[in-house]
Amino acid sequence: MINIEQANQNAVERMTSARPILKGVAPAREVIPGMRDNLLLHAGPPIAWNQASGPMKGAIIGALIFEGSASDEATAEAMIKAGEIDLEPCHEHDSVGPMAGVTSPSMQVYVVENVTHGNVAFCNLNEGYGKVLRYGAFSEEVIAKLRWMNDVLGPALAEALALSDGGLDMRALLSESLHMGDEGHNRNKAGSLLFTTRLASNIARAVDDSETEAEILQFLGDNALTVLNPVMAACKAMADAGHGIEGSTVMTAMARNGTELGIRVSGLGDQWFTGPAQVPDGLYFPGFTSEDANPDIGDSTITETAGIGAFAMAAAPAIVSFVSGTPQDALNATLEMYEITVAEHPYFTIPVLDFRGTPVGVDIRQIIELGIRPRINTGIAHREAGIGQVGAGLALPPMAVFEQALLAFAETYLS
Amino acid sequence: MVSQHELRRGVYYDSVVLMQLQRSLASLPEVIDAAVVMATPANLEILDATGFSVPALDAKPEDLLIVVKAESEQAASAALSQVDNLLTQRRSTIAQEYQPRSLRAAAAALPGAGWVLISVPGRYAADVARQALDLGKNVFLYSDNVDLADEMELKQSARDQGLLVMGPDCGTANINGVGLGFANHVRQGEIGIVAASGTGLQAVSSAIHNLGEGVSQAFGTGGRDLKGEVGGITALQALDLLGRDPATNTVVLISKPPAASVATELLAAAQSIDKPVVVNFIGYPSPARHLGNLHFAAGLDEAAQLAVDLTDVPFAARSSEQPAAGYLRGLFSGGTLAVEALLGLQTTLAPLYSNVPLNPEQRLPNSWQSQAHTILDLGEDEFTQGRLHPMMDNELRLRRLRQESADPEVGLILMDVVLGEGSHPDLASELAPAIAEARDQRADLEVVAIVVGTDEDPQDVDAQIAQLNEAGATLFRSTGEAVAYVSQRLRQPYRYAYPPIPLDQFGASLSVINVGLESFYESLKAQDVDTIHVDWRPPAGGDEKLMSILAKMRKES
Repeated sequence: MINIEQANQNAVERMTSARPILKGVAPAREVIPGMRDNLLLHAGPPIAWNQASGPMKGAIIGALIFEGSASDEATAEAMIKAGEIDLEPCHEHDSVGPMAGVTSPSMQVYVVENVTHGNVAFCNLNEGYGKVLRYGAFSEEVIAKLRWMNDVLGPALAEALALSDGGLDMRALLSESLHMGDEGHNRNKAGSLLFTTRLASNIARAVDDSETEAEILQFLGDNALTVLNPVMAACKAMADAGHGIEGSTVMTAMARNGTELGIRVSGLGDQWFTGPAQVPDGLYFPGFTSEDANPDIGDSTITETAGIGAFAMAAAPAIVSFVSGTPQDALNATLEMYEITVAEHPYFTIPVLDFRGTPVGVDIRQIIELGIRPRINTGIAHREAGIGQVGAGLALPPMAVFEQALLAFAETYLS
Repeated sequence: MVSQHELRRGVYYDSVVLMQLQRSLASLPEVIDAAVVMATPANLEILDATGFSVPALDAKPEDLLIVVKAESEQAASAALSQVDNLLTQRRSTIAQEYQPRSLRAAAAALPGAGWVLISVPGRYAADVARQALDLGKNVFLYSDNVDLADEMELKQSARDQGLLVMGPDCGTANINGVGLGFANHVRQGEIGIVAASGTGLQAVSSAIHNLGEGVSQAFGTGGRDLKGEVGGITALQALDLLGRDPATNTVVLISKPPAASVATELLAAAQSIDKPVVVNFIGYPSPARHLGNLHFAAGLDEAAQLAVDLTDVPFAARSSEQPAAGYLRGLFSGGTLAVEALLGLQTTLAPLYSNVPLNPEQRLPNSWQSQAHTILDLGEDEFTQGRLHPMMDNELRLRRLRQESADPEVGLILMDVVLGEGSHPDLASELAPAIAEARDQRADLEVVAIVVGTDEDPQDVDAQIAQLNEAGATLFRSTGEAVAYVSQRLRQPYRYAYPPIPLDQFGASLSVINVGLESFYESLKAQDVDTIHVDWRPPAGGDEKLMSILAKMRKES
C-alpha cells in the first residue's frame, strides 16, 4: 500500500533541502544532456511547429538564424517544415527557459548544481528588456546582442565563476532577495543587484579590457531580470530533486509553451498533463491591451513550483498591483497557496508573515479538493513574434490539468 | 486628437505604480490613451513605435514622462493635472483579512482554536468533522442528515481521543458563556446542562437565568446520541466532564425518551457523580422523585426550578454504600403492582423482562424461566390455569422463590404481600420460612417485600411484618418506595473508562473555527469570540468521481 502523505513529505523534503549552486556557464551542447546539432529546446510541454504561438515561432526562427543554420525567416521555416529540426521541451533536458525558452546548441547556459543530491539544471542567459529572442524577436540587433552575450558575457561569467570559491549559492541569494522585496519571478531587482555585486570583483579579474568589463557590469546591473535565469535553473534543480518519488502527488513542473500549459507530478514519471494556456490578467505597457497578449508562456513557473514567485507574493507587495490588488491581497495570495502545499520552506522566509516559510510542494489533491489553483506571476508576451513584452500580471493554470493528473494517479496507484 | 506630455525630472516610481497611473489616466473622460514611463532611451523608443511620439526631449532615465492622447487640449491638460492626485490616491477599500478555504489553513491561522463549528450540508459534514478531530479539535456539528454510521464512527473516535462531538443535528450549546448555534443569552453560573434536546436546553437554560441562577456549561449532544446505536457517547462524556468541573455545582440531564439501555447507563453515570443531578427524560416515567443524588423532574420548568433549588443548598455527598450485585427477580401476585414496578425500574435496570411487558423488547420468551432482570405477574392466566390465584395459594410463588434463589446470578428478589379480605389468611407464615431458608443458603441474596394492607385487615399487618422482618426481608409499604430502594441497590456500577476531556479548555475564553453558515460566524463575532470563518465549498466542486478518488487516496495514505 502506498503512503501518499509520506511520499509527499519525502518529495518536498528533497526539494527544500536541495542546495543549488551556480557552478559555471558553458555552451549548451557541451553540458545539456541529449543536446544535439539539430535540436532546439523550448519552454513548456511538447509542441509542434504548427501549433506554436507567434512568440514561440519567432524565437525558433531567431535561434536558427543565431546558429547560422538559416539565413532568414523563410529558410528557417522551410527547415522546420522539412523536419530538419527537432523541438523538445527544456524540461526534458534538465533545463528551463523564460518565455519562449528557446535554447540552441551554441548558446551559453548557466550550470546550476544541487550539491545536496547531485542533480544539475541549466538555463540560458537573460537578454534584458525590449526586443529579445525570448519574446520571439529575431531582428539583426537581437541576434547581435545574443552574439555579444555568447562571445563576451558568457565566457566572462564562466571565468568569474571559476575564480569564485566553489560557485555562487543561489539559495542564499534568493533568501536574501526575498527579504529585500523580491518574489523571485516577476520582481528580481534585489536579486539581480546581489548577483551582479557578488560577481563584480571576479568579473574585473576575469576581463582584461576595462571597457568590456564596464560593458558587462552595465549590462548585468541595468537589467532587473539578470538573476531570473540562474534563479530558474536553481528552482529547476530544487524541483527535480523532488521528482520521481513513488506515490507522491506533489507537482514538480509547471510550464507553458504559449499554447498549452503542462504539469508533471512527482509520482507520475515524465508524463505531461496539459490544457490550454490562459491569457494573463494584468497591466499593460503604453500602447498595449489584452488584445495584444499571447496566452501564457515560459518555464519561469518553475519558481512557483519551487515555492517562490506568486507563492512568495507577500514578500513583494509592490507587484501585487499588477492585478489591481492591495498589499493585503499580496498577503492573501501567499496565504492561499499554503492551502495547496505540503510544507513551508525552511530557507525562503517572508518577514511580513513573521518569517514564516514560503508555501512549497503543491499537492494536486489539495487543488482538486479546494478548487484553488496555483497562482502564477508572469510577463505578458505580444501574440505576434518580435514585438516583445507588453505587460505583466497574474495567470492561472487550467483546472483540467490537475484533474487529468489525479485520474492518472488513481489509475497508476489505486486500481 | 491631441497629445500632451509632461516631463518630471529626477523622480523615481516603481514601474507598477506607473502602469497603474497610466491605466487611471487612460480611463479619464475624453482621454484616448496614456503612457507613463521612466524616460530611458529604450522606453522613448517604445513610445515612438506605439504612436506616443513626443518632440525631441532632453530627458534622462531618471525622469518621468507622462503622455496623454485625448479628444481635446482641454481634456489632455485636465488629465495631466490629475497626475498628482492619482499618484497619491489610496484605495479606500477596507483591508480584507484572508478567509481560508480549508480547515487546515484556518487551524494554522488560529492555532488556539479548540472548537470547530460545522454547518455544511450533511453529506460533507462528516468529512469536515473528521478533519477537525484529526486536528485535535472539539466539534459542534450543527449539520443534519449525517449517516448514523458516520456519527458512531466520529463519536467513538472523538471519545478515544478525549474530544467532544456535539451533534450531528446539534442545535445549541453554551460553552464558557458563549452560545453556539441557536442559543439564549444566559448568565454564567453553577448549573451544567447535558441535553439531547435542543429546544429543551434552550428552555431550561433560559428558565435558570430567569430564576436568577446561571449556567456553567451546556452541552447539546444531538438527537440521536441517546439512541441505542450511539449509546449516549457524548452525553456520558459531558456528564463525566461536568462531574469534574469545579465551576459546576448541579447538573441537569435532559432528553427525549432515550433507549432503555442508554438511560440505564446514563443514570448510572449520573449516580457516580458527586453532585446533584436533575433528570428529565421527557415522557419517560421516573422510578422515584429522587434516588440518591438523582432528582427526577416532571417537566422542563420543574427541571430548571429543581436545579436552581439544589444549587442553593449544600450537597451531601452520596453514601459510599456499594450497589448490590446480581439480577432482580420480581414475583408479584398483584398485576398492577407488577406493572408499576416495571414502569419505575425500567429506567434504571436493563435489560428488563416481564410476562406483562410495557414494550415488545421486554417480553420474556418463556415465563417459566427468568432472564436478566425479570418482573413476573404470577396472577397471569398462564400461571393460574388449574390452580388458585397466588393471592390465595402461595405454592407457585414458593416454588418460584426457590428456583430464583438457586440461581447464583440473582441478587435481589422483590415480591408483594397483599393482605385483606379474600386473601390467604396468613401469608407470612408460608412466605417467611421460605425467605429465611433462601437467605440461609445465600447470605448475599436480598429479599424486598411490599406489604399492602391496613391495621384493620384480618391478617394483622403488624404480625405479618414482624414475621417477614424476622426472616430477613426488607419491607416497604408502597411500590414507589420499594422501587426507589431497588433502583438504588441495583444501580449499575459505573466508571468512566475513556480518556477524560481536559478541563483546561473550559472556563477560559473560547476560540472557534466556523465552517459553513456565515451567520454563525457573525454570531460568534458579536459575542466577542476569537473566531475565523472558513470559506468552505464542496470538495472537488462536488464532482462525484473526483471526490471518490480523493476519498480513496485519503484511505490509502
